[in-house]
Amino acid sequence: MEQTTTKREDISSIDYQEFVINMGPQHPSTHGVLRLMLKLKGEIVEVVQPHCGYIHRGIEKMCEHITYPQTIHLTDRLDYLSAHMNNEAVCLLVENALQIEVPERVKYIRTILDELTRLASHQLWWCAFGMDMGALTTFFYGLRDREKILDIFEKTTGSRLIQSFNVPGGLMNDIHKDFQKEVKEFIKYFRKILPEYDQLLTGNVIFQQRTKDIGILTKEDAINFGVTGPSGRGSGFSCDVRKIAPYSAYPYVKFEEKLQTKGDTFSRYMVRMHEMWESMNILEQLIDNIPEGTHAVKMKPIIKLPEGEYYQRVEASRGEFGVHVISDGNKTPYRFKLRSPNFMNLSVMHHISRNHKIADLIAISGSLDLVIPDIDR
Amino acid sequence: MKKTDFKDNESLDELQAKNENNFFLTTVDSLINWGRSNSIWPLTFATSCCGIEMMAAGASRHDFARFGVEVYRASPRQADVIVVAGTIVNKMAPVLKRLYDQMADPKYVIAMGACAISGGPFYYNTYHVIKGVEHVIPVDVYIPGCPPRPEALLYGIMQLQRKIQTETLKNKYAKEDNSGYNQYDLKMDIKND
Repeated sequence: MEQTTTKREDISSIDYQEFVINMGPQHPSTHGVLRLMLKLKGEIVEVVQPHCGYIHRGIEKMCEHITYPQTIHLTDRLDYLSAHMNNEAVCLLVENALQIEVPERVKYIRTILDELTRLASHQLWWCAFGMDMGALTTFFYGLRDREKILDIFEKTTGSRLIQSFNVPGGLMNDIHKDFQKEVKEFIKYFRKILPEYDQLLTGNVIFQQRTKDIGILTKEDAINFGVTGPSGRGSGFSCDVRKIAPYSAYPYVKFEEKLQTKGDTFSRYMVRMHEMWESMNILEQLIDNIPEGTHAVKMKPIIKLPEGEYYQRVEASRGEFGVHVISDGNKTPYRFKLRSPNFMNLSVMHHISRNHKIADLIAISGSLDLVIPDIDR
Repeated sequence: MKKTDFKDNESLDELQAKNENNFFLTTVDSLINWGRSNSIWPLTFATSCCGIEMMAAGASRHDFARFGVEVYRASPRQADVIVVAGTIVNKMAPVLKRLYDQMADPKYVIAMGACAISGGPFYYNTYHVIKGVEHVIPVDVYIPGCPPRPEALLYGIMQLQRKIQTETLKNKYAKEDNSGYNQYDLKMDIKND
């Protein structure tokens, strides 16, 4: 199939009138309330200027007033599709600062829930990405399978989306007795279903023409802009925190960091599709070997971190999520800074979508997989 | 319909039966209400977490097309109900107000989740959150939860349908009058105490 219209356009010879339009804050393809100010020349995007703050909830500032165990209920709501990982970052930070070693059982369960969250998140991204391209069927297929993961979450954590299951020192509760059986059943089911995803979307000619050679992000730019996660790995930037700085049970498992070299929208798509397979590999290695033990260590009623600065990073489903805490020895942090992956991924938007058609901008923003409350915080 | 009128679902039926209209008007009412209540199209408007549960409600398992909430419309001019799914912060409030004003009558509002009802987890010590979306636009149905389950949204939709059933042509604009809220007052007075 010949690639024709999807390359970057040379706009120097075009004599169109320039005009500025707003995309958002209420726009179905911005996945929330992102506002993009676009300077267009005809159909071609010249400048993309994101305007943040339409869902600024001041979480960093609020965290300065509340204690560390309370913090997890706010970090949940940052990137609600990787709520479990966000909580884990806070919990690991507190545990490392107090030099508490959590039981092996906790590490295993945390990692299993991490990977389940990543699967659910990538499924939802797949739905939304297909829908951005006009393929409504993906919406129904993806959310059908996602509900099965949410059922597992609900039985163990009591909540579907926002779990607040991690607490400093371990987990809120022990796992449900059916947990292992259901996860294994799900993996068996999803291994059969995932090739169907590929048949639906990956091989589709229209989809490939709309994604290949669109929004090319080079490796240098990915590093310079700090684009992490699947978006960065699509450009060949090896940035998986699970590999670089393993935490919880990741040192015990064998998995591959999937990299693509081209850096276009299709590469970012393929990284996420491969990651779903890798998540299932990780789950299979862990699910049968959950050690016996307690689900939490006993913590002091009031947690006070010693004076100093702490940083902890985890791999959320969209990239590196970091928490930087400055403590002055009190029960509340002095400064609570979050490094959210989506903010960095958004910053590259203008760079990669310049001189593309406006319809390609939708594909690019879908492939970056932005979650807006994580940008605005 | 005033908020204080609502006691339970039976009171809605009583209210519907109490309409002292003539035979012709009652028949037309029931026909119009049947049509309206079974084709509520929502606006694609989601600010945060509740939006994901709203998507789940529209997808395969929960499928709220069964209740006539057939399609999400991206344009407010084609939508009947705006489901405020998520936190509304000060910067977003004028946009929400404008979206509501752009919708054609009859229009309904569902406040979904703790944030839209009262500010939710962001109520205390904050400078940025609208403490209840009712400060900006009049709300018909409140759905508690953080986030509410899709089943809760389905129940909220059914409650809205019951509410629509009580409308008559006679007091068509009763909603705006009773809430004490001037729809055309563009100057916003958001109390953020």
